Order: sequence, then C-alpha cells, then structure tokens
Amino acid sequence: MRAFAELLDRLSLTSSRNAKLTMVRDYLRDTPDPDRGWALAALTGELSFDAVKPAFIRKAVEARMDAQLFAWSYDYVGDLAEAVSLVWPARLGANREPDLSEVIEGLKSATRAEAQGRIEAWLDALPQARERWALLKLVTGGLRVGLSARLAKQAVADLGDVPVAELEELWHALRPPYEDLFAWLEGRSEKPSSENPARFRPVMLAQAIDEAVDFAKLDPADYAAEWKWDGIRVQAAHEGGVRRLYTRTGDDISRTFPDILDALDDQGVIDGELLVIRDGKVAPFADLQQRLNRKTVDAKLMAAHPAAIRAYDLLQDGPDDTRSLPLTARRKRLEAFVARQASPRIDLSPMQPFETWADLAALRANPPAGDPQIAEGLMLKRWDAAYLAGRPKGPWFKWKRDPFLVDAVLMYAQRGHGKRSSYYSDYTFGVWIQDAMGQRSLTPVGKAYFGFTDEELLQIDKFVRDNTLERFGPVRSVRAEPHHGLVFEVAFEGLQRSTRHKSGVAMRFPRISRIRWDKPPGEADEIEALERLLVQMEGR
Amino acid sequence: MIRPQDLLCPKPEGLYCAPGDFYIDPTRPVDRAVITHGHADHARAGHYSVLATPQTLDIMNERYGVDFAHTREAGAYGQTVTRNEVEVTLVPAGHVLGSAQAVVRWKGLTMVVSGDYKRRRDPTCPAFEPVPCDVFISEATFGLPVFRHPHDGDEIARLLKSVAQFPERSHIVGAYALGKAQRIIRLLREAGWDKTIYVHGALERLNALYERHGIDLGPLAPATTAKKADFAGAIIVAPPSAMQDRWSRRFPEPVAAFASGWMQIRARARQKGVELPLVISDHADWDELTATVEELRPGELWITHGREEALARWATLQDIPARALALVGYEDDEES
Repeated sequence: MRAFAELLDRLSLTSSRNAKLTMVRDYLRDTPDPDRGWALAALTGELSFDAVKPAFIRKAVEARMDAQLFAWSYDYVGDLAEAVSLVWPARLGANREPDLSEVIEGLKSATRAEAQGRIEAWLDALPQARERWALLKLVTGGLRVGLSARLAKQAVADLGDVPVAELEELWHALRPPYEDLFAWLEGRSEKPSSENPARFRPVMLAQAIDEAVDFAKLDPADYAAEWKWDGIRVQAAHEGGVRRLYTRTGDDISRTFPDILDALDDQGVIDGELLVIRDGKVAPFADLQQRLNRKTVDAKLMAAHPAAIRAYDLLQDGPDDTRSLPLTARRKRLEAFVARQASPRIDLSPMQPFETWADLAALRANPPAGDPQIAEGLMLKRWDAAYLAGRPKGPWFKWKRDPFLVDAVLMYAQRGHGKRSSYYSDYTFGVWIQDAMGQRSLTPVGKAYFGFTDEELLQIDKFVRDNTLERFGPVRSVRAEPHHGLVFEVAFEGLQRSTRHKSGVAMRFPRISRIRWDKPPGEADEIEALERLLVQMEGR
Repeated sequence: MIRPQDLLCPKPEGLYCAPGDFYIDPTRPVDRAVITHGHADHARAGHYSVLATPQTLDIMNERYGVDFAHTREAGAYGQTVTRNEVEVTLVPAGHVLGSAQAVVRWKGLTMVVSGDYKRRRDPTCPAFEPVPCDVFISEATFGLPVFRHPHDGDEIARLLKSVAQFPERSHIVGAYALGKAQRIIRLLREAGWDKTIYVHGALERLNALYERHGIDLGPLAPATTAKKADFAGAIIVAPPSAMQDRWSRRFPEPVAAFASGWMQIRARARQKGVELPLVISDHADWDELTATVEELRPGELWITHGREEALARWATLQDIPARALALVGYEDDEES
C-alpha cells in the first residue's frame, strides 16, 4: 500500500507528462504481482469502487475523536478524504498493514456492511496518512490524480519497450491483475492472445498542419480531402457475433448506442465520426451530448436524437485485416461495406475533390451549404498510406477552420484551482445588448480560463483585484462600463442556442485570444454579431 | 496567594514579567528581553538588553550585526539567572540551534514558556527537556489534529528516491534559512548522501555558524558556481522564497521540494507549485503538543500563537484549564 500511496501522491502533484510516465513505469517495475496489476487497473479506471459513502467516513472518524476538533480539521483541510486520512488515530498493531491486493480482494465480494468494517480496520492498521488517503480515494471511487488511462498504458508499454498501440490492441483481452501482460513485457512468457472478437484497434491520428511550412512540401495529388466532422471519433466493430462501439481511446460505449450497433450487419471494423443525424442532416454537437455519458438509453431518446456514424475508414473487412492496405484500397472496400449496410445509421464521409492547395483553401474558407457549414475544418490523408496506429508525421493532417472571434467585456472573475488557486483565472465575459428603451447593458455569453500567458494572468489578476465591485465567495464582479473595463478578444469554435444562458447562446471551446487593454468596453461587440453567426450556421 | 498572571501576562509588546521587569520574545524594542531562539519573529534587533543562550546570541549577531542590543547576557542551558527576585533558566526546546524554553520561577510558582519546540530528535540541537510546572505556555503552530508529521527519515528517503528516479533533473529543497536548512543537510548526510550539496547564498552565513558550533554539514558549494548540466542529479537547498524566483531557472528541470509542516496539506503544496512536499517541521505536531501537555500535566495551559482554539479545547476535554493568549506578531514560520 505504501508504494501505491506514494505513487498517487506524487502523480497528483506532478504536471510533467514525462515525469508521470517515469513514476508509473518505475512503480510497475518495482512492485510485485498482483499488487501492480491492481494498481494499474485502478489507474486506468478499470476498477472503481463506491464501497462507502462520505457520510459513513465522517461518522467513523467522529466515533474516534471529538466532533468539534474534527469539524475544525475538516474546515481547515477542505477535503473530506484528506482530512480523515490525516486525523485518523493510529491503532498500531491492531491489524496487519494490508497490501493493495488484500484491499481489492476484500472489497470485491463484500456487502456494504462488511466493506465498512474492513475499511475501518485498514484505516486503523495503515501507519501513514498518505496510505490512508490512498485507501479512501480507492474505496470512494475515482482516483483523480491527473493521469489519463492512455498515459498509464504508455507507461506499461515503456516497461516492456513495446509500442503503446500494440498494448492498446491487446488491452480489451486482458483482465486485472494482468499477470500475463507483465510476464510478456518482462520476457517471461508469450504475448497474450489478442484474438478476442470485436476488440479495439488503436486508431490513427492526424498532425495539425503548419500552413506556412507543410503545403510547400506536399503534392496535392498525393492527398485525399474530407471534412473534419464535429462529433466524436469512434470505432464500430462486429466480429464473431460480437458488436462493440469504442471511443478513440478504447473506452467501450456499446451500451449507449445500441441503435448504431444494430445497423452494423456485416462483420468488420469501421472508423468514423459519431454524430446525431436527423433527416440526413447533422445536428449540432449539443444534440450528441444528450446521448453521451449515459449508461443506458431508451427508445424515446434514440428516436429524438438518432445517432449515426459517418464512416471514413475500414480496418477490418470480414476476415481481412485491411490496415496494411493503402487508403485507395481501403476506401473502395469502405464504400462497398457502407453500401451493403444500407442504413441511415451508417453513411459515408464524402471525399472532396480538389486540384490545388488554393482550391482547398477556398473550400475551407467557404464551405458549401449543408453539413460542411458546421464541420471543424478539413482532413488530408495520403492516398498511399497504410492505417498506422498513433500519430505518424506525414500521412494524415488536420486543417482546422479559423476560429470565430468576438470582442467581449470581462464581467466576473473566479479563483482558479490547483496552481492557480491564488489567482483570479476563470473569466465570464459578456457582449452588449439593447433593451426596448434603447438602454445598453452587458449580457454574459461565455467563460474562459485559458489562452493567456502566465504574465498576462498576473496582469488580469491585478486588474480584477483593483476593479472589484462585489464578492460572491470565490467570484468577484468587476467594473465593466463603456469607458472603464477590460476587453478580451475571445476565440471560439462554434455557437449554439442555449436555454441555460441568459443571452440564449453558448460557445464551443472559448478561449482568450488577445487582451485588448487598448479597447474601451463600449466598443466591444453586441449580441447581434453572435446572432447573425448563429443564423448563418443554422441556415445551412 | 500569587496568581500566574502576576508573574507573566500578555502585553502588546509580548509576554511580560512584571516582578522581573522583562519581556519574553517581545515583538517591539524593549528595555529587557529574554529571547528563546533566533528566528526573526522571536528575536528582533533593538532591545536594550538581551538574555539568551550563547548560540542564539551568536545567531542574532550574525543576522543583525554586533550592535543588535546594548548589552547581552549569555545564559547557558540549565544555568539560572536572577532578575530582581525572579529566576530564569533556559532549557533546551529542540527547535533549532540554541533554542530554549524559558523556565520562570518566583515565590514557589513555576511557569515554562516553551518558545517554539519539537519533541523528536534533531541532529542540530539538543532535545526538548520537559520541566514540571504550574503553568505551561505552549506554542500551537501545528495545533490541529491534521498535523501529524511523519518520521523525517522517511521523508528524506522520499527525496533521495526522487533524486535517483530523475537523475537528469535537479532537486531544489525549499527550507527555512535558520535551522531547517541545516537540519535537512544533516539528515541527508545521515542518510548517506555524501555528495556536494549546493546552497543558496542566503544560507551561507548560517551554515558557517552551524559549522562553528560543531554541526558537520559536509561538502557544500554555492549554487552559482557550476554549469547548468552540473546540477543534474544534484540537491540544492534554498530559502522557500527563492524557489519561484528567477534564480531557480539556472537548474535543469528542477523538482520543487519544500520541507515544512505545512506540506501536510495537499492544497498548500499545490498552491505553491510544490511537486515533492517533504513534511519535516521544527515545530511540535499535534501528537507532540498533546503528549507534552499530558506528560507535564500543568495546572494551567496557556497558548501563545498558532491554532490555539483546537489545543485549548483538547486540554479542556482533559480537565486541564486552558487559555489562548492570542499573541500577535509571531508568524506561521516555515511559511515565509
């Protein structure tokens, strides 16, 4: 438990990706089976308990110490698990210090009452606050130490010096505590079989194109172009009677989208964009959000928000692994495959013919009416390239549309988190709106907390402190008058109608692109500018 | 019947002894001061006369120059000095080099002013000596049950593990310039780290002073002389304020470590951008504070500064009358 606790502790305070990789890799190398496997399962989100509720933990600690002293402690620390882990009175020798596998095994089959008793006994036995903290994180679900499942897998791959894609392809055939995986990575046994049907295949990713450099080196004849659709990247697999839908990181979301999997009649694996498509027309991203992050769906939701895949690649065609074929050949197979499904739930992402890069630039700047209006930009894919896992440089590029820009006025600022907890770093900004009497006021249109440098953050933080009107807990309202205030040039990727926002619009991915110290707030944009944009996007 | 407040009472300048006419750790210049230890918030310049241990006088001399007081009197540990009818004895407090508790006796009444103290072993100063007393006047910097410092050896082991894990990076350990820095260096030596430890310029004079008092710090070098690459795998000790300063840019991808009792609280570490919090403190933690009060079982507990309400409540629950003096002017040091 101690090594695992130390790992969580360090991960949660480390921001460097490389340092995190080193920590996880070293932990996995130095920790014996099966502890390391359970740790890996916890880190990759494969294991999650909600064995006990916060109220139970609170009650347990108050049975051991004065409630007032605990209340002050909790108040000071601010986090229940952390406060409890620190104040928990040690009862050394009461029990043997549990190791990680003992905890996992002890909780797997336990009833709630049994789990509570065991957790109390473990807390009594663990000598370090850090270990008690790790235990509480583990048993209350969700480690949240700033490590993505993908990064954890990268560390595992580093351990055995194998490409992470190879591991990802294997991943769904493996079960914690992964003893077969570690045996293979350490050269003690054969590679575990990945031949489980409808497994996830690691996806091929695109580099962002550098307009100034790349186009001069690339021949337009070598590349296919298609729209970059504004949904989420998915992989749909049908093999050996098993159907699965995965996100691009390999999370299984089959249960959320049975409608799509039902439409996948033929055996094969499709790479494509998950969208809500209503009457042949792509719906705004907000519609797709209604379908995501749900454990189950009902017929009503599926009817109201019909999901579909806009397919752009084929990785497996019946018995054939097509990934080593060039795009030209894969595309032919894909077109035939999609046609055979004959379902509105699976359609084809059309290729955009072009002669020169200038043609393509014009297309990107002025997308034709219809779905391309809300595409995120264009994708370029080499005709002769195989489907390669990861993000190889050269075969695939994304060429994003220029962001939309608006000049908005800072209205509220909120304290940030973590490193930024001493700064006002989250900004709500607004544009001008005119009422029936011709009176102008600001209406909030969005919130952004990045896009500025550390130095600019210091300057904005000072502006907020010097121009505070009122405080509401961690939020301050800031002077925002026609001749006094701060204007941000805000960049965003899209706009949608929203009933949750007073202004009636919501921005996608807003960030601060420039700070307009020079601009009087009175000259910032009006709501009409955003409404025109909205009409333009909807009127496609 | 003499009451404790006839012997010692809080005043704006600090704790005042009327029958002996002196202050203990006054925060403003006074005629006669007894100084428990050399940290700046307890030992200020400008008093007319100062009674302190020889080590503390030496530290004040180093920090403020020879004219920090008009007259100074050295009270060695255990030696009793009389002020009017009041006997003052300085007894080890285990906080930093030269740190002392002030034991004040008058007409059969014994009051002990702990100053800042800790109970665990410190290779740079003698251990706290419990003195039975009628009134114990305790600090409470870490007077909340959340503060429970782990073994310092374990914390040093975590630092050394990180150094081994990231040999291409340097490790900057933020440590209070007086006491903490030298203790960290000593603990590293005890753990077998015999390489050169690089130190920030602000530590050099105090390091030299510790060496003069017989604390062997091993090979040290200014953190300015080497090339950037030479700092790979190195440990650098610096005052906490230097860590976020441009000063630290000379080191290769430094891992920010910080040795302080406050590092027990994750939000504190995060707020300061500390990647490797080392919970090493020169103050008593909650367990040490309560164990000390239990051991002494004083007739009354007074609390000078820190999180006094929690310690006072705990004492009351143990049937020990407790009183918070709420003295101002003492920082949550280690914070700096």
